[in-house]
Order: sequence, then C-alpha cells, then structure tokens
Amino acid sequence: MKVTIVDYNSGNISSVINSFREVAKDKVNIEVTSDLNKIKSSDKVVLPGQGSFKSCVDALININGLVDTLNEFAITKKKPLLGICVGLQMFADIGYEETETKGLGWISGKVSKIDNQNGKYKLPHIGWNQLNIVKDSKIFKGIENNSHMYFVHSYEIIPEDKSVVSATTDYSSNIVCSVEKENIFGTQFHPEKSDKIGLKIIDNFINL
Amino acid sequence: MLKNRIIPCLDVKNGRVVKGINFIDLKDAGDPVEQAKIYSDGGADEICFLDITASNENRDTIYDVVEKTSKKCFVPLTVGGGVRSVDDINKLLNCGADKVSINTAAVQDPIVVVNSSKKFGSQCIVVAIDAKKSGDQWEIFTHGGRNNSGIDAIEFAKKMEESGAGELLVTSMDRDGTQVGYDIDLMSKISSKVNIPVIASGGVGNLDHLVDGIKLGNASAVLAASIFHYGKYSVKEAKEYLNLKGIPVRI
Repeated sequence: MKVTIVDYNSGNISSVINSFREVAKDKVNIEVTSDLNKIKSSDKVVLPGQGSFKSCVDALININGLVDTLNEFAITKKKPLLGICVGLQMFADIGYEETETKGLGWISGKVSKIDNQNGKYKLPHIGWNQLNIVKDSKIFKGIENNSHMYFVHSYEIIPEDKSVVSATTDYSSNIVCSVEKENIFGTQFHPEKSDKIGLKIIDNFINL
Repeated sequence: MLKNRIIPCLDVKNGRVVKGINFIDLKDAGDPVEQAKIYSDGGADEICFLDITASNENRDTIYDVVEKTSKKCFVPLTVGGGVRSVDDINKLLNCGADKVSINTAAVQDPIVVVNSSKKFGSQCIVVAIDAKKSGDQWEIFTHGGRNNSGIDAIEFAKKMEESGAGELLVTSMDRDGTQVGYDIDLMSKISSKVNIPVIASGGVGNLDHLVDGIKLGNASAVLAASIFHYGKYSVKEAKEYLNLKGIPVRI
C-alpha cells in the first residue's frame, strides 16, 4: 500500500511525515511528493496545511494540475483522503482568512475566524483540547470520547450539512474539529502532534 | 475545554543537555533526545529546547538534535536560541521543529517576525521576551539577558502580537534561576494587554509557582526547567498537583 503526503509548499510538514513514517514502519510506503502521477497511483492521500487558508489554496493552485488530480482522487475515484488543519479547511467552498478565497468545495460551507467573544478567548486556539465525538468515524476506532488532541488555529470550518461533522471541541463555541464525508476525512487538530492517541488516528487512517 | 500546558525546557549546548533529568536508568544523561522522550512519555504538553551554544562553528549541532527528537516525540517541539533570520527558522522547521522562538532578532529587527509569520504561519512563531523590572515598568533584554534595549516590555508585547507572533514566551530576568516564583505582575500585565497566549517562564521553584503562573499570572502555559531536572518533580506530579488545585490540565 502506498500513502502519499502531498508536498505543495504549504509550510512545515516534517512532523506529519515523521508521524506517518513512525506508524507505517516498513509495512506501508509513505511518499512525500507533489508529483501528479504518484498521487494518482496512491491508495490514500494526506493533505496537510499550515499558514493561512489563502496561502495554502494559492500553493495548491501553483502546482499545475494538482487541484484536478485531488478532485479526481477524492471525488471521482472516491479514494480515502485525510486533510489536516488548513488541509481540512480547504474542503470548504470558501475561506475568509486574509481575503475571500475559494476552497476545494468538497464540503459545503465556509471557514471563518473563531469568535473570541471580545477578547475573552485568546487566539490562536493553541494547546490540548478534548474531542466531543458526535458520530462514529472510521478514524476514531479505539479512540475514547473526550480524548485530548493538540490544536493550533484561529479559523474554523462551518459546514452547512452538520451530518459530516464527526467531532467538535469546546472553545468559545462548539468548534468543528473533525469531519467524515464518505471517503473524505479531516481533522482540525494535529494528530501528528497529539501523542499516542494522535498516532492511533493516523494508524486508523492508514488501515482503512 | 482547553487545557493549560506544562512545558519542560531543556538547555542544549553543543548538542548536549547542560542541566537535565538525572535518573539512574538514563543511559546517557546528556542526550537531549532521550531526555525529551522521558518528558513526552511523562505527559509534557510540549517540549522546548533552548540552544545556548556560544560558538558559531557548533551552531549546526541543534539541527541534528531537533531532527532526531522529532522522530521520537510526537508532541509539539519548540526551539529557541540563536534564531536570527527567516532562513534559520526554515532550517529548524525542516528538521522537525513545530515552533521557533525568536528573541534578540525580534527586538533588533521586528520585520523578521512579520516575514516569518507570513511565510510559515503565526502558529509556529513564538516571540521570547526577556524582561527586567526598572522602576514601575519592565524593559526588554537581548543577547541572553546581557543587553538592555531600554524598550518597554508591554509595548513590545503588543507590537509583537501585531507583527504576527502566535505566542509570547515571557521570562522575568529578575526571577530566572532564583526559584522564588514567576513575576506574576509582569505575566498578568502582558496577558491582559494581548490576545495571544502567554507562556510564563523564569523563577519556578515549586509546584505552587506553576499554579500561581496560571491562576494569578493568567498564563496559558507554564515553562519550567530546573524543577524537572534531577527528578525534583516529574511532569506527571506537576500535572496532578495542578489538577488538584482546579487547573484544567491534560492527564
């Protein structure tokens, strides 16, 4: 099996690579590339993302054919794809960080700044917060409700169809922190930085 | 709910831990990778390396340390000390650091903070503020606390938030190494003036000081070095104590 982490100049992805390699050991081949043919021939794809919504979308578009390849992989062929942090946010139709930017449109909805309630809540939302699992998700197999995950973000995805939401976390309001829509998975938190429980989620994704 | 974080800090010089945990079962007490692993296994919410390598020729040792640690520890890793440029930050992140803390360079050339947060995202840019009380205010020191910049710490903190810092690591120079507790006044003043998380540092001698840093200093996270060294307290004990005192922690 081959799992590809898409390397599209979206910021620091070393930790994502390290964690997937730790989980995969020698059993699964972890590729890190933006090569379209390699992505097409993968069994699973990981879409990381750091920085702003706009900078990540721009970086995706900058690689000729990448958006089409991802659409084909996730939407036409329905192969498993995991978006992490801004990687998840880009599933939405539109994002409002820096400026209004079109996303991949895989999950109807928008990405807006977390309401800090006039300074009551510090932003970014940084640190360990708990999962409130609202529906069974394949990547939560063996994960207990209220497990702690590591977050760092100031924007949240707000899907129109709430049935895609698999977990929320409590910060200012119930922030969507995980989605599952058929073959498409996303986490707002960083499984690669969430200790053993995070690695378990990665393991679940690899073993789908 | 969001938990307050405990961040053990390791001083690293020429690729070796200077002061560290002294456990009998530790194969190599100077190995930063092994020490970081003990902390992360013990429940540390993040790990911080402060590179205090003085000579330029040994500067690259930290990259090797970060690379090896990031393959073993799956909690966030912050690296500071001698970070001067966007290029330095890029190298550390590529080696596996999750965040980089900038001190002297942020004071001398705040554009570094603007440019690096734009390039890599605010989430990985921590500005380290070394502040010392002067009359009824605090002034920023650079170069590991040797040079007084004369800049007001609170004004500087606000400026760093505007420049794109994701967090502030605030160290009281008056308290650092004294083990008498954080400068609560400094922490709470800065925390109330900025909307980004503040990490309190400098002066921890016991577990009550950690409690005070969060309850009175309004810090989102507490950083400590020496109390975790030589096994005085473990990270686990610290977390259990905070929990007992009603502070939300990840256990």
